[in-house]
Amino acid sequence: MTALLLRDLKLSVRAGGGALIGVLFFMTVVAVMPFGVGPDLNLLARIGPAIVWIGALLSALLGLDRMFQTEREDGSLDLLLMQEHPLVVTVLVKCIAHWLANVLPLVIASPLLGLFMNMSEVAIGAVMLTLLVGSPALTLIGSVGAAVAVTLPRGGLLVSILVLPLCIPVLIFGVSASYAAVEDPAPFLPPFLILAAITMFFAVLGPVGAALALRNAGD
Amino acid sequence: MRLIADTLSAHRGEDLIFSNISFNLRKSEALLLTGRNGSGKSTLLRVVAGLIRPAGGRVEWVGSEAETAVRAAEVCHYLGHRNAMKPELTVAENLGFWRDFLGDMSGGTGAPIEEAAEAVELGSILHLPFGYLSAGQQRRMAFAKLLVAHRPVWILDEPTAALDTSAEALFARLIRNHMANGGIVLAATHQPLDFDATYRLEMTGFDYRDMGVGI
Repeated sequence: MTALLLRDLKLSVRAGGGALIGVLFFMTVVAVMPFGVGPDLNLLARIGPAIVWIGALLSALLGLDRMFQTEREDGSLDLLLMQEHPLVVTVLVKCIAHWLANVLPLVIASPLLGLFMNMSEVAIGAVMLTLLVGSPALTLIGSVGAAVAVTLPRGGLLVSILVLPLCIPVLIFGVSASYAAVEDPAPFLPPFLILAAITMFFAVLGPVGAALALRNAGD
Repeated sequence: MRLIADTLSAHRGEDLIFSNISFNLRKSEALLLTGRNGSGKSTLLRVVAGLIRPAGGRVEWVGSEAETAVRAAEVCHYLGHRNAMKPELTVAENLGFWRDFLGDMSGGTGAPIEEAAEAVELGSILHLPFGYLSAGQQRRMAFAKLLVAHRPVWILDEPTAALDTSAEALFARLIRNHMANGGIVLAATHQPLDFDATYRLEMTGFDYRDMGVGI
């Protein structure tokens, strides 16, 4: 299993892996936002956490459809399906590798983009922390979409459409926890803990769903 | 040690591809599938490998020792049309990954990657990215993958596609070696492969004709 993790990490940084494309897209989305909204610094600071979260959500979906499709194209998926390792664990390891390579860079880049949005230090810290806790859920939910669309040649957009509605709870609690950190009356901890719970919930359900979809994708 | 298929049948969409195929392969035996394109050779191999659910019948593996029931797929190497190697990684990384990931079944050990590459006569290009190799070299390296981890059953779907005659002879020799060590081989080919198939099965589309002896 460590071998699979290392291979996927290696693949994502080699040519065509596209691990950094997500970060570039994230930066572009957030950087154009002030041009659209206008130079109102207070407004930017207010909508900042939401914009950074939405940008991270969209960028996290970007490379998701390739998670199983590349494996299928070169025939590796057949061999992954045949082994005695439970498929659920294989999927979970692939999710971890995908998160480390594609989503963790987004979390690391988020403070810089928080500066673009004129956010306070506390808000930047809160967004980074909620992204760190919430973004694994995006990958785990996405793995189900990626597995369902694995046999479709142009499944990329379909995966995003399938996955986005399911990501809404993550977005809601991620953003509300970030706001709670800066706006006084709202407590930070409850939405943050629900976010953590969502991630843990999908850490169980996501790989099971994806494994089921992959088993039945048989062709 | 036996691989048993019992009245297998499979659908592709609505159409029945084959039905009622049974075989029983023991140690050091081979089953060679022949037949025209579309007659269901690949489908049968994928059913045995557990990649397509059969419409009827079952595939069963009976191990040599009293081991707990394992899925037949777990004791099989499957070499399909696609090579299951990543073009971005070097050959050594590819083989090393499969060696670690597949692991050995009880009853044998896989060869180190250098040895496996030597066995397919490509020991000198382990450092190259897999994508740089020619189609024939890629196929040979995909075959080397069968050597790095021990599996008693080899399922080979057109193993000699894109190969020259010397490589065909090489593959036949490796298959004979595997059988001599007690392995079981299921292969589908168009080109005659120089190994001693115990059974032959000619797939003829829906109405199949069994040419085997003692199945």
